[in-house]
Amino acid sequence: MNKSELITALSQKETLTEKQAADIVNLIFKGFVKTLKTDGRIEIRGFGSFTIRNYSPYTGRNPKTGVKTEVKEKRLPFFKVGKELKNWVNRK
Amino acid sequence: MTLTKAKIAETIQDQIGLPMEKSVELLETLLEIMKKSLEEGDDVLISGFGKFCVKQKSERKGRNPATGDDLILPPRKIVSFKCSSVLRNRIDKQ
Repeated sequence: MNKSELITALSQKETLTEKQAADIVNLIFKGFVKTLKTDGRIEIRGFGSFTIRNYSPYTGRNPKTGVKTEVKEKRLPFFKVGKELKNWVNRK
Repeated sequence: MTLTKAKIAETIQDQIGLPMEKSVELLETLLEIMKKSLEEGDDVLISGFGKFCVKQKSERKGRNPATGDDLILPPRKIVSFKCSSVLRNRIDKQ
């Protein structure tokens, strides 16, 4: 399911126009990006939470060639799945 | 500062101009759609943000950390998030 399918599904379930549903979905994910950019946490009960993790630099290897390469420090978002969603995917 | 459902609903109320109750309902419906998709094993792709993927994990041997007893962990599914390059660049390059 991609974003436009998600928008269509939302508009149908909530009797919104595609435009309204798109505005809402975009607003939500824009808010996520903004929060993560400012080092914030996102906590959605039943779904999961996002935090920013800082990774120190390390010497890695190109898995294809085996050549050593320096990996710089990086900041990446980390998603921890919520209890409810974790159970949902294992229900069937 | 933590972004929670209540704060997201407030943003919908302010920016879209919907009542708080409706904003909460919309957010819950949206999350429900995403969860149902993942439950069906269908990945959720959000362009510019990332994708939520369902991965199958096979059975493996584990140990009860409290008692030290060996046990077999059954095959299961997990949800993983892979951030998009757009998001990665926006967060990493500041």
